Amino acid sequence: MNSPGSPVVIARHLTKSFAGKRVVDGLCFDIRQGEFVGILGPNGAGKTTTLRMLVGNTPPGSGELSVLGFAIPAEGRAMRARIGVVPQQDNLDIDFTVMENLRIYGGYFGLSEKTLKTRIPRLLELAALTDRAHARIAQLSGGMKRRLSIARALINRPELLVLDEPTTGLDPQVRHNIWNMLRQLQNEGLTIVLTTHYMEEAERLCGRIILMDRGRILADSSPQALIGEHIEPHVLEVHGANAESWCRSLALAGGQRCERVGESIFHYGDDLETLVRSLDVWDGVHYVYRRANLEDVFLKLTGRDLYDA
Amino acid sequence: MMLEAAKRWKSVWRRNTWVWRKGARTALLGGFVEPLFNLLVLGFGLGGYVGRVSGLPYLDFLAGGILATSAMNAATFEGLYLAYTRMAVLKTWDGMLAAPLSLADVVMGEVLWMGTKSLISAGLILAVLAGFGLAAGWAALAVLPLAFLAGVCFGSIALVVTSFARSYDFFVYYITLGITPMVLLSGVFFPSDSLPSAVRGGSQCLPLFHVVESIRPLLAGDLGLGLLRHALVLLAFAVPAIFLAIWRLQRRLTQ
Repeated sequence: MNSPGSPVVIARHLTKSFAGKRVVDGLCFDIRQGEFVGILGPNGAGKTTTLRMLVGNTPPGSGELSVLGFAIPAEGRAMRARIGVVPQQDNLDIDFTVMENLRIYGGYFGLSEKTLKTRIPRLLELAALTDRAHARIAQLSGGMKRRLSIARALINRPELLVLDEPTTGLDPQVRHNIWNMLRQLQNEGLTIVLTTHYMEEAERLCGRIILMDRGRILADSSPQALIGEHIEPHVLEVHGANAESWCRSLALAGGQRCERVGESIFHYGDDLETLVRSLDVWDGVHYVYRRANLEDVFLKLTGRDLYDA
Repeated sequence: MMLEAAKRWKSVWRRNTWVWRKGARTALLGGFVEPLFNLLVLGFGLGGYVGRVSGLPYLDFLAGGILATSAMNAATFEGLYLAYTRMAVLKTWDGMLAAPLSLADVVMGEVLWMGTKSLISAGLILAVLAGFGLAAGWAALAVLPLAFLAGVCFGSIALVVTSFARSYDFFVYYITLGITPMVLLSGVFFPSDSLPSAVRGGSQCLPLFHVVESIRPLLAGDLGLGLLRHALVLLAFAVPAIFLAIWRLQRRLTQ
């Protein structure tokens, strides 16, 4: 067992190319025991490839990687005995029931039937699937399948849980459900790494965010620090037919910044109340006045929107 | 070390066994009823015209061929369609590779299961043959390990084919250009001696030929040394095929 705060993952200068295209480009990071790390970035940022390297399913093109003290990919198999992996796309065994899925998967870890008999009921409870123990996979909802996938990844009592976009494609309500489950696991001391392209997911769950784009790390810090360090605290987002005219009529005060993305105009600053009030006399503009978030950080660092990138 | 590896292979084997048990009724229809149907219809239907072949009544002659073919088919079907489904559709292998199993473990577990499937198929047919008096004596039991070996051989070759497949359609090439001619040229329905001499030499290079040639005397009650030679030929196909399948699938799945 690792002592609190000791490094679980050490990655140095990781690169990976597919067909001559660099998808991961010189990543360096450590993940410490007990951290909940979110790798946030748009589709194609290299998040999934990074995770695949981490679990030893694809060898890095160059660089050094160690997970739980195992050299990866050389000792990948031994390392995987001590981590849990939740794939992006559920690959539960559709021929089996919920309970049988856990038994079969435990078998891959060399766990005895006796051990599994004591572990499975607790995992079913955690996943709120106790009364579905004998249901077939086809009878489960999307959220139930996800919860089972997470429970399955915990069958070996892992020291590190790795999830690839755990809530992509789920209803907002179900997403909250998965978040609660993950939060509970973190409270029990599990180290968790997930990838996501949902800003809200990263902001709510993760104590630390590695912001990625085009194979590189843009920023690596707590969500609050990322926002605090990279961006003004408030945002005024304006769009509509007259937004452009309104914008031209302004004289920006010091400490205020303006960006355009597609149809929208973003103003950033400490206090934008005056700007908000100036909108009162304009027809044909819609606006949102809000606190800055990780999307704004991404926009500032890349000049692109997280979701259009 | 070896024992640890065997445990990992067994966990993959066990998964497939379990799935098979759940759908055994359908599986039996393809792997057992169909070959018996072929045997009885062709054996009685053609047998009347053909008379004796290689010193055996045609039904007896055909029994060895059908048994060998069904052992091949059981593993081939598993190694093509079902393995492809686990690899590309259900992503079962991805799940295994996220656990402490390597691609070599997955391939070994799969190949051993394919051997088992051939053994089951051959075992059931053998039992019926014995019921018809077509399997004489204890020597016929040696068919079982041989069927297992045949399953490992054809299963691993099928996995190599699967490693190239981008859809199920791809398997038509292998079946049409590989399996079907092999059945026709391996002495299943008629002795390969009656082939033109140029083709005859080639047919001895086919793995199915060696399965047929070793099973036929066993059914007649002869446990000869020739068996060993045939088994070695099957191994000579299986071992490189296993390594090739591991190498190919490694490149495909863990690039």
